[in-house]
Amino acid sequence: MPAVRIKDHWREQRLFDQRSLICAVLMALATLGLLARLFVLQVNRHDYYAELSQGNRVRTEPIPAARGLILDRSGEIMAGSQPAYQLELVPEEVPDVAQTLASLVQIGLIRAEDVDELERTIDSSRGFDSVPIRLRMSDEDVARFAVRRFEFPGLDIKTRQTRWYPNGNLAVHALGYVGAISEQDLKHIDRATYAGTSLIGKLGVESAFEQKLHGNNGFREVLVNAQGRSVERQGPFTQDLRTKAPTPGADLVLSIDLKVQRVAEAALAGHRGAVVALDPNNGDVIALASLPGFDPTYFGRGITAAEYGALQNDIDKPLINRALRGTYPPGSTIKPGIALAGLTYHVVDPQARKYCAGEFHLPGSARIFHEFHNEKHGYVDLDDAIARSCDIYFFGLADVLGVDRIAAFLAPFGFGKLTGIDISGEKPGILPSREWKAKAFAKPADQMWFPGETVNLGVGQGYLNVTPLQLAHYASILATRGKIWKPRLVAAYRDANGRLHPVPPESEGEVPGISAEDWQRVVHGMIGVTQHGTAAAIGAHAPYIFAGKTGTAQVFTVAQNEKYNAKTLDERLRDHSWFIAFAPADEPRIAVAVLQENGGPGATAAAPIARKVLDSYLLGADGKVKPAT
Amino acid sequence: MIYEEVTSGSRTRRTLTGAARVLFALKIDGPLVVGLALIAAYGLVVLYSASGQSMPTIARTAARLGIGTVAMLLLAQINPNFLRRSTPWLYAAGCFLLVIVAAIGHIGMGAQRWLDLGLFRFQPSELMKLAVPMMCAWYLHERALPPSWGSLSVLSVLILVPVALVVVQPDLGTAALIAIAGALVIILAGLRLRVMAVLLALAAVGAWFGWSFMHDYQRKRVLTFLNPQTDPLGAGYHIIQSQIAIGSGGVFGKGWMNGSQAQLEFLPERSTDFIFAVIGEEFGLLGLLVLLVLYVFVVSRAVYLATQTQDTFARLLAGSLALTFFVYVFINAGMVTGLLPVVGVPLPLVSYGGSSVVTLLAGFGILMALYSRRKLIGS
Repeated sequence: MPAVRIKDHWREQRLFDQRSLICAVLMALATLGLLARLFVLQVNRHDYYAELSQGNRVRTEPIPAARGLILDRSGEIMAGSQPAYQLELVPEEVPDVAQTLASLVQIGLIRAEDVDELERTIDSSRGFDSVPIRLRMSDEDVARFAVRRFEFPGLDIKTRQTRWYPNGNLAVHALGYVGAISEQDLKHIDRATYAGTSLIGKLGVESAFEQKLHGNNGFREVLVNAQGRSVERQGPFTQDLRTKAPTPGADLVLSIDLKVQRVAEAALAGHRGAVVALDPNNGDVIALASLPGFDPTYFGRGITAAEYGALQNDIDKPLINRALRGTYPPGSTIKPGIALAGLTYHVVDPQARKYCAGEFHLPGSARIFHEFHNEKHGYVDLDDAIARSCDIYFFGLADVLGVDRIAAFLAPFGFGKLTGIDISGEKPGILPSREWKAKAFAKPADQMWFPGETVNLGVGQGYLNVTPLQLAHYASILATRGKIWKPRLVAAYRDANGRLHPVPPESEGEVPGISAEDWQRVVHGMIGVTQHGTAAAIGAHAPYIFAGKTGTAQVFTVAQNEKYNAKTLDERLRDHSWFIAFAPADEPRIAVAVLQENGGPGATAAAPIARKVLDSYLLGADGKVKPAT
Repeated sequence: MIYEEVTSGSRTRRTLTGAARVLFALKIDGPLVVGLALIAAYGLVVLYSASGQSMPTIARTAARLGIGTVAMLLLAQINPNFLRRSTPWLYAAGCFLLVIVAAIGHIGMGAQRWLDLGLFRFQPSELMKLAVPMMCAWYLHERALPPSWGSLSVLSVLILVPVALVVVQPDLGTAALIAIAGALVIILAGLRLRVMAVLLALAAVGAWFGWSFMHDYQRKRVLTFLNPQTDPLGAGYHIIQSQIAIGSGGVFGKGWMNGSQAQLEFLPERSTDFIFAVIGEEFGLLGLLVLLVLYVFVVSRAVYLATQTQDTFARLLAGSLALTFFVYVFINAGMVTGLLPVVGVPLPLVSYGGSSVVTLLAGFGILMALYSRRKLIGS
């Protein structure tokens, strides 16, 4: 039985005071704990949290650098940047998206079939993001929207830089194009410097000089709130936000002369082929045409699958740069080279006349080689053989030289290897030799070199394969009597400060061991081509003397006893037509190679084109030869 | 009684100035009121920034402070004996209202915490913050202390019934504060340490038991408290952002209205439960120190007043009210700094909204009323 407890007021008061004291001590401890925590947060880890807070509120927005211009040698714009107008919509400011889109369809600014996809895009965007709903508006579209703008809250016309190619297809294969950055591109570029860039060079100069053209993107720090919306200020204070202005890309000055380029493309229009014109004195590419071409603008604005499919499946292969990537047998255009080899190795007496009866019997073999087109040239010396393109003469010469000497001699002229032009995609072609054949074929029976193949090599048929660029390069070496310059498209660039930096031409030395006399003999033969030889009709009445050489490359192999008849052959099986030339013959300023696929004999298809190109480069408005600059 | 009043009055009158005489006549404790006023003023300054310079918010808060002040002054005039006698009725009414809220919540659309009285919304749980410690003090007033096991059982029921009713609202923060206010009465009554140990053990079991009754969002809060990084964009977001705000404020702060965390809305509930972080960000460690000094001063003064009251009911109730105020501060600051889990407890007199301002000031009114019947001379 517990004792009845009496209430003791004094004792209770003491107990209460005691407890109050304990509570006070506990409160003091708790307060100290809190202070310790604050010290840790605000003093010890202040830097850490300050950084987190900075990252929270400041977003870095890239400012894309303006892409450099591409100009031709006279300063005409080949590629530039142009503002394109586009209609953008801010979802949260639009009262009724569906209704707005319907109205836009009504006034013809967007297509009814695009509405569903636009709605999906708008739904998946943040409310304050500006969503492009119509790209590349024409001036008329802009005007049509502007007058009804009050009906469309939340919609606005914005400008965006796009690539602009004022000449459309012209020189597209030299120029290349820009397109959306692909997964593949991302592997090669520094993502940080490309933040904010949407287009990247894909081919030609646009791709090869991407770094120079691109420039350096700048950035702008933007104050953002927790929703990621950019805000002007925070509280009453404006922030110190950094801005770095972008450095625009460099402008490129190409060696291309658009006047010549236009003439070349016009002359080749309607055909498949390529024209490459070089300045033999420094490697400048005066014209580089590959036809058919395409309009690079499509890629910059976003090419549709249908458009791309059409380009890709076109039987004429407009996407292929024939000048750099098309490889063809050079045909008779190789003969000056073979002649030089014969002279240099002293296996031919230039004055000695040989009889051409239209047939060549390979010694030690039953095989008979026919004059191409079954002509009979009668007695020809070296000069005649070049001018009239006598196959029989060169069959014999090649046989005497042998493949080893031919291959070794032709190598310095750039056959079988890249010319090193300053855009990519070039193919090396084939300079056949015993070693090459041993490597190129799998079956031992095929790896052996046959004398008959040497004979064919003498007239540029068989394994020998060249690109139009290589052949122009070869023509320019012949023009300068042996000086080798690396072909180049970019002659200078202008940096962001407006200073012009010329790109020095790159010499690759000379073709060794050929005497000036021998050069002169061969060039004389080539002048003969345009004066009384195979291309006499083309050279007639030219206000300058020029050297040339026709070539006809076989596509379709004519069997031993058959005759080549162009009329009965399918157009695509006809011979390719070649012409190389340089002018003026004694002081060359331009060397050119023209290829017309399935054009037939070089003299009738390719040579007239070459003449037009030479005229356009050399002649002034008065029809007379312009003085050399 | 009459003797006491007259003697103490005549004794003090001679030594006090005129202003103090007015305060005395109004039964107002000068230092306490000055402390509270400083906190409230500081709170308004911070709130202006934290609310994004919203004058309506400031106006509403000032209005609540006004109502609270009136309540405080009126309650200070009440005779402590009358207060004590009406305690059971108040408690019963509070419980009844809680039941009604629960019933409405059950019938209507889900949980709710308030009764719509047309003019204003009334939260019965706020009333219970005062009624529960009053009830506990009333119960212990006539009984011998320290409380017996029997008394403890009765007190447990008196505390846990309203707490349970608030938990189901669900309002874990307020429920915890009510329980703490009641428990503080018992502790101040002289609860033996070994009993406390037993009760703590029971509390641990209860916590485990309570876990199974918790709502998902409540459990998530606890889990996120243990490791905020597990859910940085969800439940952990509050704690991470408030720590960034406080930490980035440093010693001197980023300046008034210049806290990026608060102004750019990275900090959630910046003007209500997390306003402590706004002070830390904009006024730095120094700003928080000033605030904590003010709080400590108010609590110390309140505890001192409690020790000066005359009878058991007054002592226990006043002590509990004083300590509860500190508990508010500590729970809120602890939660915002990441020491305690995130429970919805406002920073007293500074956080925007709710009837808690009125309740707090009413509590201080009661405290001053109790102090008006103080001892003649220190024992």
